[in-house]
Parts: sequence; structure tokens; C-alpha cells
Amino acid sequence: MPTTAWSIPILSSEKIDVRYVAKLASLALSDDEIDRFGAQLADLLTHVDALAELDTSAVPATAQVIESRNVARPDAVAPCLDRETVLAQAPARQGAFFRVPRIIAS
Amino acid sequence: MSEFEAVIGIECHVELKTDAKMFCGCPNTFGGEPNTNVCPVCLGLPGALPVPNARAIEHMLRAGLAFDAEIPAFSKFDRKNYFYPDMPKDYQISQYDMPLTQGGAVRYWLADGTLKVCRLTRIHLEEDTGKSTHAGSSDGRIAGSTFSLIDFNRAGVPLMECVSEPELHGADEAVAYLEALRRTLLALGVSDVKMEEGSLRCDANISIRPRGSRELGTKTEIKNMNSFRSVHRAIESEIARQIALIERGERVTQETRGWDEARGVSVSMRSKEEAHDYRYFPDPDLTPLSVAPARVEELRAQMPERPWQQFERYTGEYGLSVTQATQLIDAPALAGYFDRVVAIAGNARAATNFVLGDLSRLANERSVAVAESAVAPEHLAELIALVEAKQINSKIAKELLERMWDGAGSPRAIVEREGLSQTSDPAAVAALVDGVLAAHPAVVAEYRAGKVNVAGFLVGNVMKASRGKADPALVQELVKQRLG
Ligand SMILES: [Zn+2]
Repeated sequence: MPTTAWSIPILSSEKIDVRYVAKLASLALSDDEIDRFGAQLADLLTHVDALAELDTSAVPATAQVIESRNVARPDAVAPCLDRETVLAQAPARQGAFFRVPRIIAS
Repeated sequence: MSEFEAVIGIECHVELKTDAKMFCGCPNTFGGEPNTNVCPVCLGLPGALPVPNARAIEHMLRAGLAFDAEIPAFSKFDRKNYFYPDMPKDYQISQYDMPLTQGGAVRYWLADGTLKVCRLTRIHLEEDTGKSTHAGSSDGRIAGSTFSLIDFNRAGVPLMECVSEPELHGADEAVAYLEALRRTLLALGVSDVKMEEGSLRCDANISIRPRGSRELGTKTEIKNMNSFRSVHRAIESEIARQIALIERGERVTQETRGWDEARGVSVSMRSKEEAHDYRYFPDPDLTPLSVAPARVEELRAQMPERPWQQFERYTGEYGLSVTQATQLIDAPALAGYFDRVVAIAGNARAATNFVLGDLSRLANERSVAVAESAVAPEHLAELIALVEAKQINSKIAKELLERMWDGAGSPRAIVEREGLSQTSDPAAVAALVDGVLAAHPAVVAEYRAGKVNVAGFLVGNVMKASRGKADPALVQELVKQRLG
């Protein structure tokens, strides 16, 4: 698959595999939805395709549109959240742990 | 020698030693009550924003420089997208195509002293995941479990991923590589690098090919090795398994295999994510990083001696054996002590013998580290100088060392105070020899009748007469001369 400098797959608007994208996003789509969203996504990508009409050969690759660099913080400990507050918001807990459905080795 | 050659690449994950986590202020500590070191950032709560830990970035740069990696002027964080319950954001902050360091090499040595080089592909910075415990099954494995329990204390701990080129050719090389990596990171103080606590984790990519071939065979990835010993066993077992397959006319399947330490075999693990399409993209929450060349030079100038340089100094300049050199390098405090003694005494061989011999034996007996004992490096250097100048013999030196251990201080002062100086004045020693010979006429007669080994008895008596202070070589010479 061709990639840009950032290695994002270039999805051509004609050839978007909605079924595959939905699977990566863990979405269960019906055949109808796949047709409908496929067309919508293709429209969106056609819009972005307009960028290809510009000559960007002299424009450096950009990961961020804002100019700041090296925003960091010192290595200092700050207070944590209270465990009960955190676990109270979990869909399921067991003792001091978050409880999740079994992890399926597909 | 087998007709096959193994080709191995190692991927290591190393938790960096910082006070706080990578993108938030939660403590970075091992263990702890489950889910107590958590906050909105490391729990991936909506709206929380990560801010990178400056010390973790500095650790990365120092590690990169220690392995002679290139530090690009520009780097950034990316999101690696996949679903797993121990990763609350459903993406891991990592670095994809512009990591903080590129290339470099790990220099390691084998038991026979050969120095080798394994190039690195890259070292990048990411965040660790939480810890899941698979429950509801009898043995804690995923298979058969009915649910999982998650502890997010480890989520967001700074994690360095270090990927080697496939340039290791056997279990010995792979383990020697890991040891060198571990020693270097310890010397830099960037990680505890403890496999048993999970601050060092590694996977091995293994393939075999006919010896002399340049082509790479199909590789397998071995996971779940939890000690250097298990890395060695797992690699040997996998090489043997692949050779057996090829020799039976079968093929190696590209797969991930889990090492089962108890059974001593690896087992195929089915992959958890479809074709590993992680859809990396630059993390919009984090600014790019640019490292000024002046900063790189500053860090390079502060670089401590690296273990392979120390190894070369010890085995080359000082003439230590591979075992002695390795023993010192793996005990940094002892090596620092040794280096100070050598710097003052200038006699590496004598320093090695004292430090790794008598001094280490005393340290063992008394359960106190050499570097923390009462024997100051200056005093040991003095003791070495006294022996070198033949002012005391080795027997007195051993006795003095024990007294120094017990806090006696400067050996020169003791020697002067107690008149322990070795008698190497020929006239004085000759008088002692004559006295002993006169006292044992029967033994002298035996010697003259051809029983030359009785000379030892006479030498021993002269030493005793000198209260251990006579120069033993001079005593022997004079006894033989008088009897001859
Ligand atoms: Zn946190």
C-alpha cells in the first residue's frame, strides 16, 4: 500500500474497503450500511483529493499545524485519583480491579 | 558444526526510571495497591491531555548516545491504534517513523573475550500498558479464562523500545547482547532493567538458513521469556525445532510462539489482531520534539565510560581475564573502588588480586560491601606500595588487610609503629640463617646427604625467627647458599 511521509495509507476515494475499516474499528455493519457509508466516505475522500491538485513539492511535511515544540513537564509526581471514585465509574469491578469480559484470542 | 546458521534479532522493552509516568504526574513505581497510581490521563478519560516527561526524553537521548545512535533534529509522537482492555485510550502513544534515536549499535563480548557489534534499527519512546490478569480458569491463562482483571498502575509508564538488526547468530550471542544492553542502561541510570519485575522484557525473532547463505529464512517470534536463562533455552530450543522441520522436509511457518519455561518448549500463539494494521498517525495532542545539536553535544560530553570501553580497558590496558573484567563491570561500586585503587597505586595486577581476592573474601565473610568497608582505596594503595617496595611480604600484607578491615587505618603507619618492616638487609637475614642452621645440625646433615627437601623446614624456621618479616626470597637464597 503506498504511504505518505507519515505512513498513513492513501485511501483512494474509489477503492475504500468499508468492511475492512469497520472491522479495524470493531464496528458491526450491515450490508446496507456498508453501501451507504461507503458512498459517504468516498465523497469525503473526493473532497480531500482536491489537495492533490496543489503543488506541495516545496512544502515541508507537517505533523502539527501549531508552531510549538518541546512542550514537556518536569519529572514530578502529582496527586492521583481516589480509587473508589475511579472504580465507581467502571462498568464492572472486582475488588480493586476493573473487570472486563474475557480477552478473546481470535 | 551444524550446516545451518541461526539469524536472530531482539526486541526489548525497557521501563525508564522516572519519578512520574510518561504523560502524567502519577508515580512510576513497581507494584503498589492496584489502581491507585491512576489519573484522567493514564486512564484515558475524555478530555485529558498528555504532556511528556522531560526526564524520560533525556533518558532516551542518553541511551541513544551510549549506543552511538543518531539523534535526529526532529521527532514526534504517533498514535498506534488497537483495542485491548489494558490500554484504556484504545491507542498507545508511540513513535512510528520519526523516533528520538535512529540506528546505533550494541557492543558486547563473549565468554572468550571476543568483542562483537550488533547494530540497532532504532530506539523509540512509548507508554506502557496496564496489567491484565486472566481469571476464571484454573491456570491464569487466556485460554479457558472467563474474564480479566485490569490494574492500570503500569499504564503510561515510560517505555523504551529497542530493536536490533538480525545480526545475532545463536543463544550465546543473544544473551551476551542482552547483558551488554542491560549493563549500559544500568550504568546510565535510566532503568532498573529487572526482568523479574518486568522493567526489561524481550522477544526474539529467529530464523535459520544454510551456512554461507545471505538470504533470510522464515522467522518466528518467541515471547514470554522471563530471565536471561530462559532466553538462552528458548532460542536454543527454537533453532533446534526449525532445523528438525527443515530436515524432515517441512517448512517453518511465520508465527508467534510463547515460551513455556516449565515444560521447556514453545507453543504457537494465534495472533490477536488482524494483520497488525495499527493505522499510525501523528498524535495531535503532543507537540513535535526538536533536539538542539548543542544539547546533544552536552549530553555526549557527560557520557560515562560505557561497559564495552571498561571491558577493553580492563582486559587490554590492565591485563585482567574476561571473568575478572566481567565480575568488576557487573559490580559498579566495586569497579569504582578498584579504579580508585589503580589510579593511586598504578599496579592493576596487585589491585585485582587484592580487590577480587582477599578483600572480596573478607566482604563475603563479614557481609559488608568492599566499597563500604573501612579499607579506604588510599590505604589499599599504600599496602600495595609497601609490598611492591618489598617493605612487607605477602603474609604480613594479608594480616594487615584484616586489621585495616577492622578499622586500623593506614598500613604504613602500622608498619612504622610496630616495626613490621620486612628485613631485606642481607647481613641481618644472614645472621638469622646462621643461627637456625647452628640450632639444627641434624637437618643440615640430612640436606648435605641429599635430602634437599628439608631446606623448606630451615627456611620456615628462619621466617619464624624473623617474626614473618624477612624477605622470603632472600631467606631461600641465603639458606641454599650456606648449605651449598
Ligand atoms: Zn496518571
